[in-house]
Amino acid sequence: MHRFLKTDILSTMRMRFLKGIIATLVLFFVQGVFAKEDSHEEGKDLKTEIKEYIQHHLQDAHDFSLFSYTKENGEHKYIGFPLPVILWDNGLKVFSSSKFHHGETLAEIDGNYYKLYHSKIYKTDASGTINYDEEHHPTNVKPLDFSITKNVVMIMVTGLLMLWLFTSLARSYAKNNGIPTGAGRFFEPIVLYIRDDIARPNIGEKRYKKYMPFLLTIFFFIWFLNMFGMTPLGINVTGNIAITFALALMVFLITNFTGTKDYWMHQFNPLGDSMPWYAKIPLYIILVPIEILGLFIKPFSLLIRLYANMQAGHIVLMSLIGLMFIFKSWIGSPLSFGLAFAISLIEVLVALLQAYIFTMLSALYFGFASEEHEHDHGHDDEPELAHL
Amino acid sequence: MEKLLNEFSLGLFVWQTLLFGLLLFLLWKFAWKPILKAVNDREEGIKNALDAAEEAKKEMQNVTADSEKLLKEARAEREAMLKEAREIKEKMISDAKEQAQVEGDKMIQKAQATIESEKKAAVADIKSQVANLSIDIAEKVIKGELSDKKKQQKLVENLLDDAKLN
Repeated sequence: MHRFLKTDILSTMRMRFLKGIIATLVLFFVQGVFAKEDSHEEGKDLKTEIKEYIQHHLQDAHDFSLFSYTKENGEHKYIGFPLPVILWDNGLKVFSSSKFHHGETLAEIDGNYYKLYHSKIYKTDASGTINYDEEHHPTNVKPLDFSITKNVVMIMVTGLLMLWLFTSLARSYAKNNGIPTGAGRFFEPIVLYIRDDIARPNIGEKRYKKYMPFLLTIFFFIWFLNMFGMTPLGINVTGNIAITFALALMVFLITNFTGTKDYWMHQFNPLGDSMPWYAKIPLYIILVPIEILGLFIKPFSLLIRLYANMQAGHIVLMSLIGLMFIFKSWIGSPLSFGLAFAISLIEVLVALLQAYIFTMLSALYFGFASEEHEHDHGHDDEPELAHL
Repeated sequence: MEKLLNEFSLGLFVWQTLLFGLLLFLLWKFAWKPILKAVNDREEGIKNALDAAEEAKKEMQNVTADSEKLLKEARAEREAMLKEAREIKEKMISDAKEQAQVEGDKMIQKAQATIESEKKAAVADIKSQVANLSIDIAEKVIKGELSDKKKQQKLVENLLDDAKLN
């Protein structure tokens, strides 16, 4: 990231211009406009610009911009809406993100100055200087930032959408004597699939019921947010490490808090009664730490898998769109448009697939935690490899 | 890793945890619970209905078997009745024939007897009539014979001759 720190604010504006264009997806005139614009600006490297733009898009934002454009006189216009900024810096500070003017100005609150710099809020002096360490990282104080960011808004939107969809599905059952109507006809088979093909086989007929609400919620939550990521609004919630960390942490906590005696026995006594205690000591010096490490690796793999997949999908897709502006030819640009289109289709599949995998593996871990052995058999059926 | 840590936003994490927790709770209460219950009830209902249908099918089979049996019995009974009726008919016919024979014979005998007696009576009548006729004829002949003297004479003579001879 530090490679991009030298770029000035103007280039950020131009990135937003690019974003606006892509967002509207009006591809036929994009080339011409861009070629002209590009020539009379200060000769900035288009490739670096696209990289920065992609980088910017992948991060959270303090305002919800739909698109932006540059006027003839070089003034930047933003279409979108500001979001509330909530800071904890010796007291709660709440103000609108419009005060930052998209990073162009400092926000002065109660005599403190805050600067929006690469999507993060730093405390600065009145002139807005940012100090760097030798690795080019800002050393300014970062106040605790609990802002309602773009991602938080999208989580709320998704939450409301899910509440509306599924409570209406629940109501339609009551109304129609157990038969779903409308969108419920589409969602009911998915709910049933999660129950019959994810929860039941992985957790077991006896215990799957108490995990169902979590599995259903997490599946639709990830899927919907992944699908929102496919819209041209520039949303990347599930490709955010804080989100996937929170989700994986919940899986971790549920797994270990619902763990049975057998589960914990397996963690600390993996070989059971298959050999005498003195033979187990040397093995356990290695085995027990591995088992304990496994407790953390399992949810960690969930966290990284979802994050990396969504992040990578966005990078690939946007790079291909960016290529259109780099090629600027009648052959290259349509080609990369076609490729971007194909990747989009794949990404729609990936959106579903990642939600499925996350749910599936969560169910698998819950299954390990809640299973009760009929004792006296080896643990060779314990799928250690399932961490993959 | 450094990049990941740098990207990690505590505020977003807190919001995500709070909002997801709330969403989970609300959906649990107002969506998943009623949905899963409704689906479960429906499946139970379908299962019960299938069981009932199976039961009904079995019942139906039983009924069919019963009626088949009844039908068979009825058919056998009809057969037996027909056979009996045929036998009775034949017997009646043969009986009737026999009786007719006997009766006929009797009648013929009677008729013959009557004919015999009628014939006798007729013959006797004819005999008496022939006798009367003969007497009448004889009378007429004698009258004719005795109409003139000569003849009377002659007759007497003949009679005398006969008487002499005798």
